[in-house]
Amino acid sequence: MDPLVLFFVLGVVARLARSDLKLPEALYETLSIYLLLAIGLKGGVELAKHSFASLSGQALAAVLMGVVLPFIAYPILRGIGRLQRADAASIAGHYGSVSVVTFAVGISFLTKREVAYEPYMPLFVALLEVPGIAVGILLARLFSTSAESHVSIRWGTLAHEILLGKSMVLLMGGLAIGWIAGPSGIDPMKGLFFDLFKGVLALFLLEMGLVAAGRLGDFRNHGRFLVPFAIAMPLAFGSIGLGVGKLTGLGLGGATLLATLAASASYIAAPAAMRIAIPEANPTLSIGCALGITFPFNVTLGIPCYHLMAQWLYGA
Amino acid sequence: MQPHLRTLLVVISEAVLEKRLADDARQFGAQGYTICDVRGAGMHRQRDAEWEGSRSIRMEVICSAEVADRLSRHILDRYCENYSISMYLAEVGVLRPEKF
Repeated sequence: MDPLVLFFVLGVVARLARSDLKLPEALYETLSIYLLLAIGLKGGVELAKHSFASLSGQALAAVLMGVVLPFIAYPILRGIGRLQRADAASIAGHYGSVSVVTFAVGISFLTKREVAYEPYMPLFVALLEVPGIAVGILLARLFSTSAESHVSIRWGTLAHEILLGKSMVLLMGGLAIGWIAGPSGIDPMKGLFFDLFKGVLALFLLEMGLVAAGRLGDFRNHGRFLVPFAIAMPLAFGSIGLGVGKLTGLGLGGATLLATLAASASYIAAPAAMRIAIPEANPTLSIGCALGITFPFNVTLGIPCYHLMAQWLYGA
Repeated sequence: MQPHLRTLLVVISEAVLEKRLADDARQFGAQGYTICDVRGAGMHRQRDAEWEGSRSIRMEVICSAEVADRLSRHILDRYCENYSISMYLAEVGVLRPEKF
């Protein structure tokens, strides 16, 4: 078993056993800044070897996928889950957006098995972060009655918050720096940003285990629907991601990563944006799903599953 | 030295509202505010500050009674329905009244 998963499990066990283990807030912040920058830099260096024109088709398909996914989740949440409009839209937005750490675990999974993947994939992380959130907010507003939406959204402020949020700035900034500096420019920083990556990711996953286990008690009223939803949705979205990857010409590794991205749910950018844009949505439901169920599912069983599905699809 | 009476408005809220609350304080006439990170528990379960979504802040505003009244009413109307917020007011003595 991948030691990364074991670090995550350690965090979960420690939390469930009510250990006093807690990573300092500043360390959590530092680790997440590091991971976002490192992923961005790595993608940027590889991006320097490609022209934007050659990637535009795949990039467009990825963005379209990010737009479509919440439209699939929303009616399921409303119809089968019988959730309030705002809750359904917020959860749909979380699942339309992506989790960078799930992506990082996916990369580590493929690297360990020596499966090649398109190295510019981090670009897709940045591209997929925003559309899902925007569609989630639109869904909440489109189907709301006037009384419910008495607080109008300030779209400019919201766009500023999403596009200039920490994760976007670091990811896009890393991509830009890697792209401008190129492999030779980044080489002196290799030791910090690339060689230490897996160790830092392990520490971060320990923290995520603590946090995710703390969210398990979030479903008191809707658990019977939301727990199966938070496992079925990544499997369904992962399959869509695989299909899009295959159709747009990604290799087996790239398609596995796109499936991982489609299957993941945002727990950094989306919760903050949804809290502001759809304040009437109950955050414990969306965060409980994304962080309490889907994230642990993806890092333990989901990613190996998407890889298996990719092998089957590619006849490998 | 005789202290001058002012009102201390303390707002404990989700960290996601920090920018808005700070802007509101200025807009309603407060000359300044102090914000710090806190953690605790209340009606909205434990907010343990373990990650972005469970962070809380405490904003302290020392201002005139009128400003405190208008600002706290605005916060009640605007945010209290959907966000975890605790708010209280107290009378405090300040030595330099022109600052508040």
